[in-house]
Amino acid sequence: MKLIFEKSIPGRGQDIFPACDVPVKLPEVPLREKKAHLPEISENEMGRHYTALAKRAHGVNDGFYPLGSCTMKHNPRINEKMAALPGFAKLHPLQPAHTVKGANELIGELEKFLCEITGMAGVTFQPAAGAHGEFTGLLLIKAYHTDRGDTERNEIIVPDAAHGTNPASATMAGYKTIVIKSNENGTVDIDDLKAHLGPKTAGLMLTNPNTVGLFDPNIMEITRLVHEAGGLCYYDGANLNAVIGIVRPADIGFDVIHMNLHKTFSTPHGGGGPGSGPCAYKDFLAPFAPGLVCKDGENYTRAEKSIGNMTGFYGNFLVMVKAYTYLLTIGKDVHTLAENAVLNANYMQEKLKDIYPVAFDTTCMHEFVIGLDPIYRKTHVSALDVAKALLDYGIHPPTIYFPLIVHEALMIEPTETETKETLDEAIEAFREIYDRIFNAPESVQMAPQTTPVLRLDDTKAAREPHLRYTFE
Amino acid sequence: MIDPKELKYTKDDEWVRFEGDEAYVGITDYAQSELGDLVFVNLPEVDDEVVAGEPFGDVESVKAVADVYSPVSGVVLEINEDILDDAALINNDPYGAWFIKVGSISACEDFMTADEYDEYRG
Repeated sequence: MKLIFEKSIPGRGQDIFPACDVPVKLPEVPLREKKAHLPEISENEMGRHYTALAKRAHGVNDGFYPLGSCTMKHNPRINEKMAALPGFAKLHPLQPAHTVKGANELIGELEKFLCEITGMAGVTFQPAAGAHGEFTGLLLIKAYHTDRGDTERNEIIVPDAAHGTNPASATMAGYKTIVIKSNENGTVDIDDLKAHLGPKTAGLMLTNPNTVGLFDPNIMEITRLVHEAGGLCYYDGANLNAVIGIVRPADIGFDVIHMNLHKTFSTPHGGGGPGSGPCAYKDFLAPFAPGLVCKDGENYTRAEKSIGNMTGFYGNFLVMVKAYTYLLTIGKDVHTLAENAVLNANYMQEKLKDIYPVAFDTTCMHEFVIGLDPIYRKTHVSALDVAKALLDYGIHPPTIYFPLIVHEALMIEPTETETKETLDEAIEAFREIYDRIFNAPESVQMAPQTTPVLRLDDTKAAREPHLRYTFE
Repeated sequence: MIDPKELKYTKDDEWVRFEGDEAYVGITDYAQSELGDLVFVNLPEVDDEVVAGEPFGDVESVKAVADVYSPVSGVVLEINEDILDDAALINNDPYGAWFIKVGSISACEDFMTADEYDEYRG
């Protein structure tokens, strides 16, 4: 398929703006030296181009999307409708507070909801993504220790099964990452945790349920041990969908948490963003919160020892409108999200585990992990091959090769918004692929065969990336 | 591939070759085959200190990023610029494509012989 630039014909264009009939005098400074390379194309052709691209992509509107750890749930249309209301969509962040009382009230209400869900005391909406929320949370932890004059703490403990963003955020915040092992059950190895706790421990980052989809049964002991060592506990809320409305992170010993509105709270992500990763904290961290907030409808104020700004203004406001709409729609039934997410994951696991080796054979939470290694050793059909084969069934592949502690991992998160029929179709596809692994392995290794592009050379793409279109 | 007898091996799948007071460090054939096609390598800088058992760099494949642990404590004398330009060299010749050369060695991890390592990774 041709790129939009290749379809460009000089002189062709769109008559959105009439020719200017007044003299134009622009200041010299901002003028670019060369004319921008913009595609010249009619509106009709442009519409067709992007429709064709959209048809070649796979989104949650096209089919099942069990991308583990990403919570690719349905985004209810009413969210979009509310966010498009002109009273929300046409606001400017520099408007005086008394002209945006409704918007600030919505932020305040959403903060209340999220505090109720997490058990925390306050929320900042500034972080624009999950990892940004992690970074914010770690800066709060750092500000807390520094404020107490406790400046020797430079280590953040992260389990080896953690999301890769955890050690990255710790490094960004100026901490040294200490990796601790998982035990044979896939949860935190308490002895290894104890061995690494000490006067240098600033905190622990943990996602619970963890990345193999298991709720850590020792969570109360884990957070107690960290607190006894003088550290704080950070909850990576990426997997909050598994426990929302049932377990409050604050109640199990966490001090600060980020949530992904674009996962758990049904706002779009995966190219459909923008994201929002609000960070919630207990009251002793409130003095350090970032950004400006409007509590009285009239004035914006900053926390007394604020860490500053994590982004411009108040965060991605329209994403908050969508999340707020979602919570109002669900109401008191918020716990059913978690219940059905967990039910769906366990249903799929139970229907597949007789043939596919599950990494930890126990009741899972909202996702489960297949470790294809024994099959790979026998057949040379890899997790990548199975993922590619699923494309021919109209299914977006699960997350693969993560978590790193499971070899040939396939991490499957169905979410609560899929029907039993969809799950059954996916189970059937997995089982058919399993038969093909043994009867026609090359058909799996050669997959996909029905997609707009076939198997891509991802090694070449990574080694010799072409990231820019070069004009003649 | 046969793991060369003259090298020492770690449980984290690095090899080390001692030449006098200095040591070359790389990753084993097992490590490169587990990771798959490597696309990117991060190395320390010359004069950086490395600590036995602690990461000194990382390797990135299309599957994952993995830390590379130093088998010895010491100071980086030289880095292999060739693998920075072409990570495929590690896949093609894991025991030729060294990562760093370390001097002023003050400590070592517990090493395995080639036979012990073969058995460990059987």
